Amino acid sequence: MSKLFPKSANKLPLQIIVFLFVFGGIATAGVTYYMTPKYTRVGYAPVQPVPFSHALHAGQLGLDCRYCHSNVDKSGHANVPTAQTCMNCHNQVKVDSPLLAAVRQSYETGEPLPWVKIHQLPDHAYFNHAVHVNRGVSCVECHGKINEMEVVTHTQPLSMGWCLDCHRNPETRVREPGDIYNLNSPTIAEKSGIEAGIKFVHDWNIKPPQSCSGCHR
Amino acid sequence: MAHAESAGPAPAILQEVKPAVLPRATLVENNRSFAWITEKICSIIEGKTPTWWWVCFIVACFVASFTVAGITYLVAVGVGVWGHANPVNWAWDIVNFVFWIGIGHAGTLISAILCLLRQRWRTSINRAAEAMTIFAVVCAAIFPVFHVGRVWYAWYLFPIPNSNVIWQNFRSPLEWDVFAVSTYGTVSVLFWYVGLIPDLAVLRDRFFAAGNKLRSFLYGLFALGWRGSNRHWSNYEMAYLILAGVSTPLVLSVHTIVSFDFAVSLLPGWHTTIFPPYFVAGAIFSGFGMVLTLMLPLRAIYKLEDLITQYHIDCMCKITLATGTIVGYAYAMEFFIAWYGANPYEGFAFINRAFGHYAWAYWIMIACNVITPQFFWFKKVRENTAFVWILSIFVNVGMWFERFVIIVTSLARDFLPSSWGYYSPSIVEIFTFFGTFGVFSVLFLLFIRFLPIMPMAELKAVTPQADVHAGHDHH
Repeated sequence: MSKLFPKSANKLPLQIIVFLFVFGGIATAGVTYYMTPKYTRVGYAPVQPVPFSHALHAGQLGLDCRYCHSNVDKSGHANVPTAQTCMNCHNQVKVDSPLLAAVRQSYETGEPLPWVKIHQLPDHAYFNHAVHVNRGVSCVECHGKINEMEVVTHTQPLSMGWCLDCHRNPETRVREPGDIYNLNSPTIAEKSGIEAGIKFVHDWNIKPPQSCSGCHR
Repeated sequence: MAHAESAGPAPAILQEVKPAVLPRATLVENNRSFAWITEKICSIIEGKTPTWWWVCFIVACFVASFTVAGITYLVAVGVGVWGHANPVNWAWDIVNFVFWIGIGHAGTLISAILCLLRQRWRTSINRAAEAMTIFAVVCAAIFPVFHVGRVWYAWYLFPIPNSNVIWQNFRSPLEWDVFAVSTYGTVSVLFWYVGLIPDLAVLRDRFFAAGNKLRSFLYGLFALGWRGSNRHWSNYEMAYLILAGVSTPLVLSVHTIVSFDFAVSLLPGWHTTIFPPYFVAGAIFSGFGMVLTLMLPLRAIYKLEDLITQYHIDCMCKITLATGTIVGYAYAMEFFIAWYGANPYEGFAFINRAFGHYAWAYWIMIACNVITPQFFWFKKVRENTAFVWILSIFVNVGMWFERFVIIVTSLARDFLPSSWGYYSPSIVEIFTFFGTFGVFSVLFLLFIRFLPIMPMAELKAVTPQADVHAGHDHH
């Protein structure tokens, strides 16, 4: 058969096996790194229609999260404020700032500002903000240190595995009810040890669901 | 014998009673030579593409396009385009899956169990039957993969680490199915391919001699440098035997696990212990039906009467008869247990099957699966190939209806009368299923055009002249 195939063809099986292992390894590593939410979601920081600085408002000025996101502790949905909320102050402060032109226009016309949504809830998943913030889960756990962000950035993967990390071990992540909106506060476990975290989870009857239907209804 | 000897010299029984000499059936008739076998099989591939092949191929492609259209529409719109609705949430998709998977079983039985049992008549039909198995698994796989709806998530069926931390429920028979069917597909392909290697080498050499370098190269690529040395044959025989051993449990396990999809649930009509043997028998029954459906036309077109003899047809008919009768027994036993078990829900499920809204389907099933094979008791019937072929079609139809009856009648009348319903397939389901016959035919037509439809080396080994005792009575 030397007429049909060169002698080097004898090495082909080994070469194919080596190639498959190398290719398979690279493909697995590539998919694991580049195609999971740790890469695809984290770091997303789109340009917003108004250059609103959370670092200035929530950090420096110390506005409570709920001043703008006023229904986060009452509703499943954390609302984005209307221009009316902005104008509560900005009819007095920086009245003529060109940066706020879009806000004034929205206020006058009633057309909402086209904010770009950063934290996307996956299809077919149900999430309730009020249940979380009223049971010791601070904003910072999912959204990161918003109070230090000039531009809001996606800091956590928000993958299902990431949700389950906390749902399986809530005692490591819960905070005192008074610390929920203080994004610089430590968790109970960091402050008083894991035993205190376990006690809080028990006393507050925190039972995060781990079944499919807990989130996929 | 020992105590007989101690009592005195016993008369030699065998000298007094002359045992009847039962001649072994001739497996290759007309004393054909080895060269004739090679010529016969290779000429199918080497000759000009016959007109009938092109006609069949184009028709098959057209039919297959129905599956492509059905699936494309399903992916674009969603799984709601199928006619499933409460309470019948499994219907044609699972019926078609079980139907196609079942057909594959004859191929594995022929290649594995008949190999280990040294049933030498398998050699004429095993290659085509194994091809049929693989193509049937391809058709079967379409349904469970696409019935998940969002097909790009079908990989969730496999335990691959992912960022959702989803892990499969290994207590679910549906997950066992994933492994049963994928193992079955893999082993069937391996078995088929290993058997093909010596024949691919023959084709490589013949095309090389004829000066067709491209085809010689392609066959040579898959022949893996086969030279037919003693060492090659010795390794080949061992590999083949090991694969036969590995496949043998698969003949029983795959359809057992498919039957668990139903038997493990609590639904009356599904929750019965008879399901595994009954499903396996039904699978082999339907598989042999399909082998007959495919082999009889091939035999006529390519004039293979010397290789697929009347003896082969007899054997296949008898297996069809045996498994069909087992299936008929299982139908009767289901009714008996429903009565004997005195469970009113179970009793209702079976009465409803035979006399309820789907009674028409039930009686088609009984007619095709219980009555049809009984014709094979008669030699006259087995010798009439046209009639055997028609009966084999009835077997295929009957086995499809069996799965329909089991799945749909049980679901349509579940525990809650308020949710009872009547299921009818949507046009999309009908298209998708109809098209799978095209998919199967396209693959099978390509197989008979480009690959040897019978194992040449094995056929030569069962010719009368390969037998060193040829022409003598002792074996």
